[in-house]
Amino acid sequence: MNLLAAVTIPDVAIFVLSAALSLAGAVGILVVKNPVHAALSLVMTLFGIAVAFIELQADFLAAVQIIVYAGAIVVLFLFVIMFLGVDKREDLSVEPIVGQRPTAAVLVLGLMASIIALGFIGHFEVGPQAQTAELTGAAGNVADLGRAVFTTYLFAFEATAGLLVIAVIGAVVLARKPDAPKAAALVEEGGQ
Amino acid sequence: MNGILAADHLFDQGLTLAVFIIVVVKVVVAFAVLMGAVTLMIWFERKAISDMQSRIGPNRVGPWGLLQTLADGIKLFFKEDLIPAESDRFVFKLAPYLVVVPAFLIFAVIPVGGTVTIAHHTFDLQVADPPMGILLVLACSGIAVYGIMLAGWASGSKYPLMSSVRASAQMVSYEAALGMNVVTVLLVCNSLSTRAIVDAQGGSFFHWNLIKTGLVPFVLFLIAATAELNRPPFDVVEADSELVGGFNTEYSSIRFALFYLAEFMNTITMSAVMVTLFFGGPAGPVPNIPHIKWIFPILWFTLKVVAFCYMYIWFRAALPRMRYDQLMDLGWKKLIPASLAWMLLVAAALTSWRWALVVLAGVFIGWIALTQAFEIGADRELSDSSVLPSIGQRPLPGRVLRQMTDGDGDVGSPVRDEASDEEVEA
Repeated sequence: MNLLAAVTIPDVAIFVLSAALSLAGAVGILVVKNPVHAALSLVMTLFGIAVAFIELQADFLAAVQIIVYAGAIVVLFLFVIMFLGVDKREDLSVEPIVGQRPTAAVLVLGLMASIIALGFIGHFEVGPQAQTAELTGAAGNVADLGRAVFTTYLFAFEATAGLLVIAVIGAVVLARKPDAPKAAALVEEGGQ
Repeated sequence: MNGILAADHLFDQGLTLAVFIIVVVKVVVAFAVLMGAVTLMIWFERKAISDMQSRIGPNRVGPWGLLQTLADGIKLFFKEDLIPAESDRFVFKLAPYLVVVPAFLIFAVIPVGGTVTIAHHTFDLQVADPPMGILLVLACSGIAVYGIMLAGWASGSKYPLMSSVRASAQMVSYEAALGMNVVTVLLVCNSLSTRAIVDAQGGSFFHWNLIKTGLVPFVLFLIAATAELNRPPFDVVEADSELVGGFNTEYSSIRFALFYLAEFMNTITMSAVMVTLFFGGPAGPVPNIPHIKWIFPILWFTLKVVAFCYMYIWFRAALPRMRYDQLMDLGWKKLIPASLAWMLLVAAALTSWRWALVVLAGVFIGWIALTQAFEIGADRELSDSSVLPSIGQRPLPGRVLRQMTDGDGDVGSPVRDEASDEEVEA
């Protein structure tokens, strides 16, 4: 119980706030019909998670969460939504795949039931923040994080970078227009 | 609780009433000063630009027209608040706040002066000094994109929408260059905290990051920041001749005032960020006069910020607006590679001169490869052997515009298509 003693009222308040923000956003993504509103709900979730990161003293992660996810990725989502003109309410009464919704409901219920059952059987330990050591470098936790990423986890870091480059090149190749004669042939094929 | 408050020495003795009052006073003073500075900035811009264009400018309300902004603000308050029928009402109302709040937040991490001791409590003259410091500036400018983007989209009108698409592309692109130059500064200063960045530049003029990072990052940062602010010569977002008033065309009354306010507030805060990053913040000679010694850092800071604000006004008077494709070319093909190259050079030079030589050679090879790539790309796009349809027949902008504004994928008959293309070109 001494783990709980380290938790103060502001801690709880901030956690509740961030959890409420994330959950409200997550539910919003599913519930709202307008894609732009859904993207905004996603931003709210990301913001809530950033608040939780600050509470966990992971300032760098919190900042990166906002800069990268909210500041770049969701902006691109919105950009695409606006540019392609799909920013209209969708008709949800039609099921794209027959029997999709009952199947999804059954699967979700099964998954939740198994998670709850596991929680009872397996004695999961989900401790408060004090269970991991605090990162206390001279220059905040950024220096420690940088050292870890560029020494211990260098391979994983570089592999991820390589993966992203491959993804970008793949996207460029896929988006490229085929050569003109070939394109004409393709158009003819498609037209028939 | 420790996590959030540990950064500031003001909280060393815990959260007492005195500390609480100091924090509240800091917040209120920062807010009031910023609001006052914005009204002065608007007046200053109108007056200075009038001088440059041989006009008189505002001179009716108050001495030298100083109260003109106040009068305009009151007028805007009492104007009718219109919400277009086609708009998305919730987002339309939300957007102005998404622009204004980040503009205020950025100023919270700017050190405006040295340290002051009041009632045995020593504190920095800045609202907050979080460990992530300068990243908050980048995060806030990332959030501000939403305001402009959503304002244009929610208006349900075509010119604001085009403006907001331009804005989001422009601001996201230039954020990359902005961030890269911030990294160069961080390499030299060894910290993310704005206070630490300013402290590292104390001493003489030669300790400023302007000199220490070798001038280039400052120039690149200045260009990127101007684009990030959507100020001339990068104000394609509100190019009056093309887009009526830009993203805020449909806004009126107090919501328009908020956009206007945020625009000028961003000019001030971005100037302050530049002063913090490259010009030592409040650094400057402090004469040893008891009791009023603390004023001088604030004075130096203010002077530097005003100099930058004046420079932005000068930009607006002197430089013609860039075309949109030129703007994107500048951002992606010049600023980002240059920022990256200089960042690598500084990082290598901090290690040893041998590494600096190696990286210099690498940068040179990269530069040649990149120039070649651009030439081949331009050749593919524009020459006779181009794989793309010839320029007059490309789908942009007529077809895509109609898709954007009508919202459906119907492209229409070819005859209509050509006509609208001509219209756009004319």
